[in-house]
Amino acid sequence: MTRAGKWLGDHLVLGAGLLVLLYLLTPIFVVVLMSFNDPASRISYSFDGFTLNNWRQPCLPNGLCESVVLSVEIALLATLFATLLGTLMAFAIVRHRFRGRAGVNVMTFLPMASPEIVMGSSLLALFVSSGFAGALGFWTILVAHILFCLSFVVVTVKARLAGLDPRLEQAAMDLYANEAQTFRKVTFPLVFPGILAAALLSFSLSFDDFIITNLNAGQEVTFPMYVWGAAQRGVPPQINVIGTAMFFLALALVVAGELRSRRAARG
Amino acid sequence: MSAAQALTAKPVATKPARRRGRTAYFLLALPLLYLLVFFVVPLVSLISTSLYDPGGSLETGYAMTGHVQNYFSVLADYRSHILRSFGYAAAATIACIVLGYPLAYAIAFKAGKWKNLMLVAVIAPFFTSFLIRTLSWQMLLGDQAWFADALRFLHVLGPDGHLLATPFAVVTGLTYNFLPFMVLPLYTSLEKVDPTLMEAGSDLYASPFTTFRKVTLPLSMPGLVAGTLLTFIPAAGDYINAELLGNPRTQMIGNVIQNLFEGGSYPEAAALSVTLMAVIVVMVLVYIRRAGTEELL
Repeated sequence: MTRAGKWLGDHLVLGAGLLVLLYLLTPIFVVVLMSFNDPASRISYSFDGFTLNNWRQPCLPNGLCESVVLSVEIALLATLFATLLGTLMAFAIVRHRFRGRAGVNVMTFLPMASPEIVMGSSLLALFVSSGFAGALGFWTILVAHILFCLSFVVVTVKARLAGLDPRLEQAAMDLYANEAQTFRKVTFPLVFPGILAAALLSFSLSFDDFIITNLNAGQEVTFPMYVWGAAQRGVPPQINVIGTAMFFLALALVVAGELRSRRAARG
Repeated sequence: MSAAQALTAKPVATKPARRRGRTAYFLLALPLLYLLVFFVVPLVSLISTSLYDPGGSLETGYAMTGHVQNYFSVLADYRSHILRSFGYAAAATIACIVLGYPLAYAIAFKAGKWKNLMLVAVIAPFFTSFLIRTLSWQMLLGDQAWFADALRFLHVLGPDGHLLATPFAVVTGLTYNFLPFMVLPLYTSLEKVDPTLMEAGSDLYASPFTTFRKVTLPLSMPGLVAGTLLTFIPAAGDYINAELLGNPRTQMIGNVIQNLFEGGSYPEAAALSVTLMAVIVVMVLVYIRRAGTEELL
C-alpha cells in the first residue's frame, strides 16, 4: 500500500471515531447550554435567551431539590450495601474454590441480563403478593437499587482482583507477613481502586435509575421520576442545571482519579 | 484507577491459586441470600402473578387459577408491540456496531496519547442523567432544530417532514443511550489483539480489508458478542426513548408493561414481562453455549 493510502487509512478510522464521539457528546452540550436558557414558554424547545437565574435559584421548581436529596440518600445507602455484598462475592469467586461455581456465576450475571422492566415488575410482584403493596416507598426503592448495583460491583471488583499480580502477595508471605497482614497491607490496598470504581458506578447507576424505581416507588419521587413528570408538563431549565452540575462533578472526580493514578505510576 | 480503566481492566495471564475451604461459603452467604430473596423469588412471584385470574384487582385480590390464557391474550393483543420492540432493539444494536466499531478501533490502535481522554469521552454521557440526555434529543431532533432544517434543505426530509416522534427518533435515542455499552467491551477485546498479528497479515500480502476480516474481526468477537447483548437487552425492554422521542404508534413492549401495571392489570403485565424475559434468556443461553460463562463475566 502506498504511504498516502496508509495515512488516509489511519486517519479515516480516527476521523470516523471522532465523529462518533461528537454524536455521544452533542446532547451534553445541549444540556449545558439549556441550563442558561431563559425560556419564552413552559414547553419551549429552543434557546430563547441567556440568563444566570436558573443557576441562582436551582430549587425554584416545586419538589425538584427534594427529589435530588432523596436520590442522593438512596444512592449512598445502595452504594454502601451493594459494594459490601459485591466485594465479598468477588473475593469468593476469584480466590476460592467451591461447589456450584457455575451457578454462582449465572446468578451474578442474570440480573445484568434482565431488562429493567422485568426486574422492576418482578420485584413489584413480590412486594404486592407478600402484602407490601401499601408500603412501597423508600425501603422498596433501596432494596431494588442494591439488587441491580450488586452484579456490577461483582464484575468490577472481580476484574481488578483477577488482574492482580499474585507475586506481590507471595512476596509479602515470603517476608513473613501472615495471612491477615498480607491482606491488610498488600491485597486490600491493591484491590481498593477497583472497589472505589465499583462504588462510583453503583452511585451513578442508582442515582440515574428510572424504570425499576418508577414501578416500586409508591408515593416517593426520585430525581429521574421528577424529570419524567416534568417531561409531560414542560421541563423547567433548572433540571438542566442539575444535569450540568452532575456532569462536571463526575468529570472532576474521574479527572482527579486519572491524575492521581498517573502520579502514582510515575512514583 | 478511573472508571474507564475499571470497565476495561484486563486480567494478567498468571492466575492466583484458588483456595479450598469453607471461607468461600461465608463470603457468599449474604450476597447469595440477597440475590435469592430479591431476584429469584421475585421472578417466581412474577410467573405466578402471570397465571392469576385477570378478573381480580389489587383491592379485591387475585385468584390463582393457573390462567395460562393470559399469555395467549397478551400475545394476541400486543403482538405488534413485541415485534416492534425487538425490531427497534435490533436496529439500534446494528447502528451501535456500525458506529461503535470504528470508535473502539480508533481508541485501541490510533489514539496514541489521547487514548484515556477518548475513553473518558465515551463514558461521559453517563455523567449526566439518562432522562436528561434523552430529553436533549427532543431538542436536537425537534422541528425548530437546525438538523431538521438541514435535512429539509437537502430534500432528505419533505417540507412537512418530522424527525421527532418517528421510529427514526426512537432508534436514534436507543442507539445513543446504549452505544457506550458496545464501545467498551469492543475496546477491551481489541486492545488485547497483538498488533504484530496484524502486521503479519500485511507481511503475507493480505490487503488491509482481508487482514481485518481474517485477523482483527475474529479476535474481537468476544467483545462484539458481549456488546451485542449489553445493547440489545436493555434496548428491547426500554420505554423511555419510545415515550419521549416517539409517538403512540412507536410504543414498545416496555410501554405496555408499564401502562398495564399503572392501570392495575397485574396478571397481563406479568405475562408480558415473563414473555420478554423468556426471549432474552433464550438469547443468553445461546450465547453461553457459544462462549462459556466465564467469558461473559
